[in-house]
Amino acid sequence: MTDAFISIQNVDKYFGKFQAIDNVSIDIGHGEFFSLLGSSGCGKTTLLRMLAGFENPSSGEIYIDGQAMSEVPPHYRPVNMVFQNYAIFPHLNVRDNIAYGLRRQKLPKAKRNEMVDEMLALIKLPEYGDRKANELSGGQRQRIALARSLILRPKVLLLDEPLGALDKQLREQMQLELRQLQRTVGITFVFVTHDQEEALTLSDRIAVMAHGRVLQLDTPTGLYERPGSRDVASFIGTMNFFDGKVSKVEGTKISVDAEGLGPIQGDRGERAFAEGDRIQVAIRPEKLELTEHQPNGGTASVRGTLKHSAYLGERSHFFVELDGMEKPVAVSAQNKLDAISVADDSRPVWLSWSPESLVLLGAE
Amino acid sequence: MSTESYIRKKSRPLQVYAIIFIIVLYVPVLFIPLFSFNDSIYVRFPLEGFTLKWYAELFQREPVWNALMNSVKVGLSVSVISTLFGVFAAKAIARYRFPGRGPLVGFIMLPLVVPLIIFGVALLVLLSRLGIPLSLWTVGLGHLIVCMPFSIATLLPRFEGFDPALEEASADLGENALWTWWRVTLPMIFPGVIASLMLTFTVSFDEFIMAFFLNGTQPTLPLYIWGQLRFPQEFPSVLALSSFVIAASFVIVFIGLWINRSAHAGAIKVE
Repeated sequence: MTDAFISIQNVDKYFGKFQAIDNVSIDIGHGEFFSLLGSSGCGKTTLLRMLAGFENPSSGEIYIDGQAMSEVPPHYRPVNMVFQNYAIFPHLNVRDNIAYGLRRQKLPKAKRNEMVDEMLALIKLPEYGDRKANELSGGQRQRIALARSLILRPKVLLLDEPLGALDKQLREQMQLELRQLQRTVGITFVFVTHDQEEALTLSDRIAVMAHGRVLQLDTPTGLYERPGSRDVASFIGTMNFFDGKVSKVEGTKISVDAEGLGPIQGDRGERAFAEGDRIQVAIRPEKLELTEHQPNGGTASVRGTLKHSAYLGERSHFFVELDGMEKPVAVSAQNKLDAISVADDSRPVWLSWSPESLVLLGAE
Repeated sequence: MSTESYIRKKSRPLQVYAIIFIIVLYVPVLFIPLFSFNDSIYVRFPLEGFTLKWYAELFQREPVWNALMNSVKVGLSVSVISTLFGVFAAKAIARYRFPGRGPLVGFIMLPLVVPLIIFGVALLVLLSRLGIPLSLWTVGLGHLIVCMPFSIATLLPRFEGFDPALEEASADLGENALWTWWRVTLPMIFPGVIASLMLTFTVSFDEFIMAFFLNGTQPTLPLYIWGQLRFPQEFPSVLALSSFVIAASFVIVFIGLWINRSAHAGAIKVE
């Protein structure tokens, strides 16, 4: 790709014998909010540290703005990083922390103060310039770490789980602010997180990683609605899986005998499924509809037994047992006024779905 | 009965023990300044009367001042060099995981437990084999071995107490290794550096055994004092001199400890 702003090309990284990154290639566009998502140890932080220059690829190359990075030390890279624990300098006050990177620009003092004031206003902490780092809360430190990086106008801002240390409420607020900030400054953000909800909320695109590899790279909607593998599907949100066998293929339409669901119709899209293939049928809990009686007409449906339910306020979760299935199927429904009156456990119910909400995955 | 928590409950026997401990430790030391003001050349009770003449006499004796200057010279050089080495060693030990790290640390700390007389004799043999004449330099070399463990032990908590991400952050913000050292690392470990300088100076200043084996013609202060003990008429002046040394040692060590009182204050707590 030529228009990629950051281009990670066939990068491997070994720590001794352990392979932390396995042939990763990613292109990130200019001004994009890009997330690396994965559980701990999947290599996402290593990849970020390679962008910052704290680690070098064992093989492969990273280009930022067309320039190969492997020979460029961290202090010459056009990127800045917000560290996981913010790494605010404890011996400096807030102003000096924010102005830290300006020394090399040799600006007159007045100009420098002006820039720091601007940053303090941007992060909404104008009165905090003289505070010491240890007098600040986690959220404030996080903003100062942001300001300290942004004042240098980097081409890329790297964020290593910057919201991980914050409590839930503050975190949601900071997510919103981060997204707004990114639009305001127009800088490319590369964001590392293990929180799938956070990644979905913030990102333009997400790379889901596991064992040093990129499993899937897609938009949030793409990942959620069209996961490419069982790993991705189960990592992002909740997913019900059914083993199945392709019984007929007609163009893109296929018929599948699915365990628990019976014979179903689906669309194979781009996937090359052949008759007799073992595949997985997946469906999100909220795409299933739970009713007391069999739905009318041609709606695909199956009969089951409601085992238990959980009331979560805004929505309820139901767990339905189907014949031939060990694990109960999860159903999630919004609690409306005419709420489904199937709160009692162990009673017969019907599950129905529309064929396009089924995700067909190759067996692994 | 008590409103104190279990762990902070007052313990009478422990208090008594602590008081006895302090008495046994420091009362003998107090006799030195006490008799240095006594108007008699014999150290015995009853005290004869108050005098400052031993102090006055002290100021007129040139060998004392020479010995003092020798000790200060050696002490200053040794404290600066061992602190410098200590900074590098502590940084390596705290930051890098390298093979043989554990044994190496044990090896560096060895002079704390091995009798100094062994080091003294060993160095003396080595130096005479190499044909190096004994002088204040060789005394300094011996003191360096003694002081390194103190230096490292003082500096190590400073390095362990601060997040390596701070140095990375500095690099990330555009500073090279030298500037990062100057703007982040040094300020973070600075109290440890001061403490190490003071501690090692004191150790070198008070050290006798190494100096005894390794010195040439210029005695350090402890050697001079030891030499004077043979002459009863000199003894009160030695007491006066010792009083000075005790006072100075206390002040230096306490300042050092006070500056380094919170080795981990530099580390930001993560909530």
